[in-house]
Formats: sequence, C-alpha cells, structure tokens
Amino acid sequence: MAEEGKVKIGLEVHCQLTSLKTKLFCSCSSDYRGKPPNTNVCPVCLGLPGSLPVLNKKAVEYAVMVALALNCKPAKMTIFARKNYFYPDLPKNFQISQYDLEGFEPLASNGYVTFTVNKKKKTVKIRRIHLEEDPGKLYHPGGLGFAPYTLIDYNRSGIALLEIVTEPDFTAPAEARSFLQKLRSTLEHLGVFDGSLEGSMRCDANVSVEGGGRVEVKNISSFKDVERALSYEVVRQRELLKKGVKVRMETRHWDEVRRITVSLRVKEEEKDYRYFMEPDLCPVTIDEDFVRRIKIQMPELPDARKERFINQYGLPEYDAEVLVADRSLADFFEDCVKIYGKPKPIANWLMGDFLQCLYSLDVSVKDCKVTPKHLAEMLSLMDDGVISIKIAKKVLWEMMKTGKPASTIIEEKGWRRISDMNVIEAVTEKIFKENEKAVKDALVDEKAINFLVGKIMEATKGMADPALTNKIVRDKLSRLKERLQLN
Amino acid sequence: MEKAKTSISIEEIKHLAWLARLELTEDEKKLYTRQLNKILEYFNMLSELNTENIPPTYHLTGKVNVFREDEPKPSLDVNEVLMNAPRKRKQFFECAKIV
Amino acid sequence: MKLYWLSAKEIRDKILAREVKAEEVLSEVFERIEDVEGKINAFITLCREEAFKKAKEVDSKIANGEKVGILAGIPLAIKDNISTKGIKTTCGSKMLYNYVPPYNATVVEKLLAEDAIIIGKTNMDEFAMGTTTETSYFGPTRNPWDISTVPGGSSGGSAAAVASGEAFLALGSDTGGSIRCPASFCGVVGLKPTYGLVSRYGLIAYANSFEQIGPIARNVYDCALLLSVIAGWDWRDSTSIQVENIDYTSKLSSKIGEVKVGIVREMVSEGVDEAVLKNFYNYVSKLENLNIPCEEVSIPTIKYVVPVYYLIAMSEASSNLARFDGVRYGYSLNIEGETLDWDKFYSKTRGSGFGAEVKRRIILGTYALSAGYYDKFFLKSLKALTLIRKGFDEAFKKFDILISPTMPIPPFKLGEKIDDPLSLYLCDIDTIPANLTGIPAVSIPCGFYHNLPIGVQIMAPQLKEDLVLKFAVLSEDIIGLKNLKPNI
Repeated sequence: MAEEGKVKIGLEVHCQLTSLKTKLFCSCSSDYRGKPPNTNVCPVCLGLPGSLPVLNKKAVEYAVMVALALNCKPAKMTIFARKNYFYPDLPKNFQISQYDLEGFEPLASNGYVTFTVNKKKKTVKIRRIHLEEDPGKLYHPGGLGFAPYTLIDYNRSGIALLEIVTEPDFTAPAEARSFLQKLRSTLEHLGVFDGSLEGSMRCDANVSVEGGGRVEVKNISSFKDVERALSYEVVRQRELLKKGVKVRMETRHWDEVRRITVSLRVKEEEKDYRYFMEPDLCPVTIDEDFVRRIKIQMPELPDARKERFINQYGLPEYDAEVLVADRSLADFFEDCVKIYGKPKPIANWLMGDFLQCLYSLDVSVKDCKVTPKHLAEMLSLMDDGVISIKIAKKVLWEMMKTGKPASTIIEEKGWRRISDMNVIEAVTEKIFKENEKAVKDALVDEKAINFLVGKIMEATKGMADPALTNKIVRDKLSRLKERLQLN
Repeated sequence: MEKAKTSISIEEIKHLAWLARLELTEDEKKLYTRQLNKILEYFNMLSELNTENIPPTYHLTGKVNVFREDEPKPSLDVNEVLMNAPRKRKQFFECAKIV
Repeated sequence: MKLYWLSAKEIRDKILAREVKAEEVLSEVFERIEDVEGKINAFITLCREEAFKKAKEVDSKIANGEKVGILAGIPLAIKDNISTKGIKTTCGSKMLYNYVPPYNATVVEKLLAEDAIIIGKTNMDEFAMGTTTETSYFGPTRNPWDISTVPGGSSGGSAAAVASGEAFLALGSDTGGSIRCPASFCGVVGLKPTYGLVSRYGLIAYANSFEQIGPIARNVYDCALLLSVIAGWDWRDSTSIQVENIDYTSKLSSKIGEVKVGIVREMVSEGVDEAVLKNFYNYVSKLENLNIPCEEVSIPTIKYVVPVYYLIAMSEASSNLARFDGVRYGYSLNIEGETLDWDKFYSKTRGSGFGAEVKRRIILGTYALSAGYYDKFFLKSLKALTLIRKGFDEAFKKFDILISPTMPIPPFKLGEKIDDPLSLYLCDIDTIPANLTGIPAVSIPCGFYHNLPIGVQIMAPQLKEDLVLKFAVLSEDIIGLKNLKPNI
C-alpha cells in the first residue's frame, strides 16, 4: 500500500464478563449458549412491565479489576444511565449502560495498553471503561434484508458486558489486531473472561483516512475478522479519496460472509439516545479501600508473567511473549515444566508444532486432547532416544487427534527407535548383499556411505538409530576394506 | 436569565413522534402541537429559577452500593415467557422484518 | 348495617372470631358490586372464582384452628398497574388490554401471605397519567357521591371501590397525587408512603423517581393496617429502604406529644377554591381548640413544582413506555399479508395502542431529553428539584407536620377539564411536593361542599409514617368524618 493519507482507527470493544455466574441485572444463569430459545429469561431481562434491575456485585469487582489492569483510574462514584433507542433485540427499547452525566464519571477512564506489533512496542490510550447489558439475539431467516420476518431469542439479553473504548491511536489494522490479542490475554489472566466462547468479544471501530470523514464499522465479532474488516474499510476509503469522492460520516455493517462493509442507512441526526440517569439503580462508590482489596486479589498479568518467564525460566523475550499471549498456553507451559523440568524444549515445541497442530485442527489449548503430562512424556522419550525428532512430530499429531499418550502411540504404530545392534547389523547385512555396487563405491567414496545408510533407514522405516547405523556401516566397510587389502 | 425556547413546530413534533415511534394522524399532530406549546409556555417559568452551582438530584433515597450476590436463580418457564406473545414461531418471538 | 360497610379491622375481627364467614362477606361484597358497579365502573377485572376459592381456604384454616394472616378474609381491590400473576393487568390501556403477567408484584405476594382476598383490578387513568380517571381505555370511573363528577385520579377506581362499599381496602399508586387526589374526592383515606418504603417491584412504571404504591381505606386505622403489610425492604427493588419497624397500628392511638404544625402558605393562597379553604380552616380551628397551634410557613420554590414534576415524570415515562411495541406482549398491529418493516410496525402499533394523554406525555418527555434540550429542561428540573427539597428540609426544621388542602378545588364534572391538559396539571400543585421530596403524605376527609367530599393533606419528614398516621387519627377524631357512606 503506497503511503497515502494517514489512517486513524479507534476501537469500541465489548467483552462479556463470561466468568460471572449470572447476568448483570438479574439472577438468570449467564450460561446461555446452546440453550433452547427463550428458556434463560426472567421478568427483568425480558423487560416485563414492572420489573426492576438489581446490580451484580461481582460484575463491579471484575470491572474495577479490569480497569486497574488497563492502567485506568476508577471513578469515585459512578451511576448507570439509559441509552434509549428502538430495536427488536432490546426488550425494554433502552439499554442500561453508563454515560457521562453531570456530577458523575464513567466507571474508569484515562488508561493505556502497551503491546507488541511487528516486533515494535506500541501504546494505545484507553478513553473509558463501563458496564452495560447485552441485548438479545436476532435471526433473519434468509439473511438480513431478505427475511420476511425476524425471530428473537432473549437468552443473551442482560448478560454483563464491559465496554472498553480506546482513543483513535491505531494507525494500521494490524495494530488493532495485536491490541485485541493483548487485551484478550489480559482479561483471561484476570480470570474474568474466556475468549474462546463464541461472541464473547465484539468490536466496533471508527475508521478514518486523512481527507475523509469518520466511518463507524459495526459487527466485527472475531479476532480473525478485525484485521480483515479494517483493512477492507481502509482500502475502500482510500479508493474513494483517490477518485475524488467524499468519504461521508456514516455507519457501516461488517458482513462476515461476503467480507465487505455495507452502509446501514442510519442518518447521523437520528442517533439521539436521550441519555439520562437510570432511576431504578443507585450510584456505586469506589473508594480507596475497595481498590486496595481488588489490587490484592489481582492475579498475575501478562506483562508480569512475561518478565517472570524470562527470569525464572531463562526464556528469551520472544518466547515469553508468545507463550503469555494466550493464558491457557502459558498455563500449559508452566504445568509441563513442573513435570518435565526443562523450559526451553517445552517452549520450542509449544510455539512450533503444538500451535500448528491446534491451528490445523481448529481447536483451542483448553479443548485440545494433549495434556502437559502427555507433552512431558513425549519429551522424555526423546531424551531417552526412544524416538527421533522426526518421529516425535508424528507422535504429537497422533496425540492431538486421539488423546492417547506417546508411549501407547509408539507401541501401536511401531515407531520405537531400533537401538539393538544385532537387529541393525542383520539389516545392514541384507542391504550390503542387495547393493554390491554401492558397497564397492562406498569403499572409495564417502558420499556413497550415505546411500547405504539411507537404504538401511528405509528398510527399518526410519526407526534405526541413525548414529548407530552409521557406525555399523562404517565398521562393516572398514572390515571389508581390511579383508580386501589382505587378499 | 436566558429563557428556554418555548415553542415547538409541527415539524419538530413529527420528528419527536418518529424518535418515539408513535404514528400520529394529521389531526393529532396539529392538536398536540397546540396543546404542547401551551404547556411548554407555562413550564418556561422554570428558567426564572437560578440553579447555578446547584447539583442535580438524580435519586431520592441517597442509597449507594445496592448489590446482589452472583448466585443463579431459576428462570421463567418458556411457556410463561411466550404466553403473551402476539406472534411466535417455534420458541422465538416473531417480529416484522428488519431492513 | 350491611357487612360491607364495616371497617376492614371490624370485618377481619368478626371473621377471626367466627361470627361470620369470609365467604359470606365476599358474597355480600359481590352483591354490592352487582348493584352499583354499573353506575361507578370502578373495576376493569373482577376475580370471582379466585376470590371465592381463597375465601373458602381462609374459612377452612380458621375452622381448623390454623394461623391466618392479619388481613384474613378482607376483600380488597388492586389498581390495575400492579402485576398480578395469572390475572389480566391492563394499566387502563388498550396497549395492555390482554396482558397477563407471569409474576406477582412484591406487594401482592405480601397480601396473599396475609390471606387478603383479592376481588379485582381497578380502573385508572391510562398508565397512571391523569387526575380524573377519565383517560382509561375502559371508560371513566364515576364518583360514588355524585356520578356526574370525577372520582379523582389516577387511582380513581380504587378510591371509588372503597368509598362505595365495593371493597374494604384497596391499593393505589401515587406519582404526583394519584392516591391522595381520589381519596380526597371520594371521601376516603389515602396514603402515599415515603419513597422507598414500599417495593415497586411489579408496579408498572410511569415515573420511577416519584411513585409509590399505597393504601386506601375508609378510616385511618385500616389504612395503617394495610400499610403495615405492604411496607418493607425488598431485594428486588434497588430503591427500597430498610426500615426497623413496619407495624403502624400498634402505637396509633397512643398520645402524640407536642407537635408544631405548619400550614403551607403556597397551598392556601391564590387559585384555591373558597369552599376548600372554608373546610380547611374549619379543621385548623379544631386543631387550635386542642391547643395545637398552626403557623403559616412559606416554601417559595413550590411555585415551580408543576413544571419540575411533569418534565421529570414525562421524561421517565417516555423511556418506561418504550417497551410497549407489540412484540413480546400486549396490543399488536395486525399485519396479515402486509410487508411492513419493524419501524413502521412499532409506530403504527404504538400510535394505535396509546391514548392521547399518554402520547402527549411521551412526546414532551422525548423532547425534554433530546439533544439540545436536555440541559434546559430535564437537567434544569433535576437542579430545581434540589432547591425544592432544600425548601422542605428547612420547613421541617421548624415544624413536625405540614398541612394543606389535598386538592385546590372540589370534585368537578366529568368532561369539564379533559380537553385542557394544563388545567388538570395545575390541580396537582398541592400533592406533587410530597412526591418530589419523597415524604409521606396522607389525605383524610375534612368536610363537604354540596355533598362532594373535601380532603385535607397531612405531611411529615421521610420515614415518619407513624407520626403522619398518629396525627391523621387525631385529626380524624376531631373532624368526625370516618367510614363515610355515599348514597348510592
């Protein structure tokens, strides 16, 4: 991409506080995924007339914990506000959220997140963090715009969301992606969030290219899509500007199937949300005591964990960074070290083949069939010379697919390395007999020895110990040489 | 003391009716414009009151930090949820299409 | 005397003493309803079956010597904006003409636990927006004292039912005077509790910041009895207050001690009808005869209560009523064969489902909150509210009780003011302050004008229900108007 107008991107990230057991304002279970429609609702989250919200205490604790982890300042006193707009997924046709009302600040503000992108460090400021409720889910049989009716399931209505708004400090889509990965890792390390749950993190972005208006892109719901959606939008805007067309301020919808952004025909002047204080909820005070209690309880954050990995395990920074980027991976690593003891080999395998397998099988660390114990066993078997690296890679794949331990797989597949000299010698005999010319060549040419070794490896399906095989072949050849010379 | 704008035009009434999703007949628009303007004229006396540096009262009880524990309770039975639904399909609420 | 004219306490005592059966009382009550309901139209829904079932249960429990609640066997009516599980709850609106809640309001749970007999849901101004019960989709309620006049509103049905002997007790709701106004116009006792004393869980919201469910009865004791049952902290209502003692009947007749009484000047000056003032000062002189001196006190910010109340209430209402869109419950536009999109569907449903007063208030409320007007109207009102509350705090530093007429005018004819919304808003000027400040306020009968009841309002600081009720009982005694019976 040529150096055209500068890009400015700001993100509005909505993260579900998935570790909560109930919704934000009612005691319905937060475990709504996969339940039959409208079986996880009560008068409050269905918005029945006369129902009233009651705030989940843990949600506030988690929100403050996130705020501290993102270096924000919690407000001394915060209240909830109604965001009024009509939409079928909103049972009350208003959303209980938070807003800047005279005398009150949002739950937390003025923080920052530092992350690595393209091997360089970048810091993005956090403008604000606040709590709000999730709406229900809409289904459009046949696709949005084509369906003759809309179906609504309110199971998700009322789930606790944390909205994190950044300053428009991103200058490229890749930065946004790295930021979100850091954010996800941070939230997972705090234990408030599980990014592998579908829909747990959603993102809206504000994208502008120098010379054009600011466009809001809504409905980005997976990590993979973030970079794609933003890149598409930047290119779209740049094309327009090149043609001399005005990029007007509007809202666009990311269509993840067609991979384009589509204009939503919402006129700016209609977005009058008429915010006012939620009269049914009382203000929340966050005093120094509360903050101190939260700080004490705070688990180890990715940055601190990274430093510890470098110091405690002697890992290079790059390794530590990759491992810590996914909490489950970092946990796996440490659990494995406890059993196996040597950090660097574990790190290498995790960063390489392990992650590759996960990616190919489209499975997360949490859900994969390989356990730290499995990996430790495999590495020990390698140390003992029972399998080579090449075989180990195949073993890992099998472990991933079947969940069986390495030792079982090796036996079942016959992949044990042959270190028995008698066996190798027998095979060597056979190969020498079958390849007289090669043997003659090998007596004078070093390179021809490799051919013979190769043949023996082939005959043993790669199981013969290469070093031992080499030695046996050379010994045999030198004895042969001696005999010939004597003759 | 600056007086608040006291009159709403019929155009503004149309816009407000749209914001509130209330379809009004032409007669209603005219009637409400007239009535609401009379009411607003009276309400405008509020601008006489000096409220500089006076904090707003957002809540009457003065209570803070009212919480509930994060413990699940049973939800409504799905039949109770859907029993008043004017339109439903399988177990979903049905609404007019969204464009 | 017919059983249905006894006081609630008397009828309950008779039932407990097995002098009469709950079923018998209920039968008489339903006979009475058959007699007069056609003229009054106090009820939207009657629950004969459920009521008789409950009455039989109560009688059976008593016969077996089992413990029963303190409202055992008392036929009681509930305003139709309070959710009753399995019983239609309409808010007097076409919008909810067929809505059946799947849950009970907290107050209803409490009534059932004390073995009250719910006989029906009463008529009201649509969504509690009104002063006369004329805006109901189900037709107006008429004042039992003169059926060509209004019963007051918005709890007109509840007050008329109690006044006419159709019920012993009733629940109403009061946002800007909606219990006290009809109590005054119908010659009964109605109390608006301290904001937060009674749970709002299940009360279909109009203006969350001001409304409370409260008791209506034919005398102060009965009112206190019902209050004792419905008051109390509820975890489901975040604005609900924890209170030590909610038994308001036990100390009711004990000596009141010295009280300083203030007459709110702004409520007895211009705009107040002569007949009202005459009755009011009649009462004042009776107080003075008892050596209870009454002094005038001025609270100048009362001048602004009408705009402050309406701007905040309408704004909250515009948001509270947004949920009525024909998707999950209630009236819904018939769209067979039509290809409407959801925006139009909402607008047509709501345009057709709501009455004129509701639509006006939603529009004004939307206006007051909208971009560019929020500061001038809504926020300004919230600031003015602070000043009004300060004014009352000051007054209560010098006085224990504040009194005023409940309504500035006597009951008027049906249809007289309904085309002039502003004139109706101005009728609330005496009742609104108690809602804005959250203080308890009760209306008791204090006289008549051409056979139409006039009420006096007694107010005290927040959470001083016991003081308000004690003073009310004392006033009731010296005025001598309790358990009144209209000629219907």
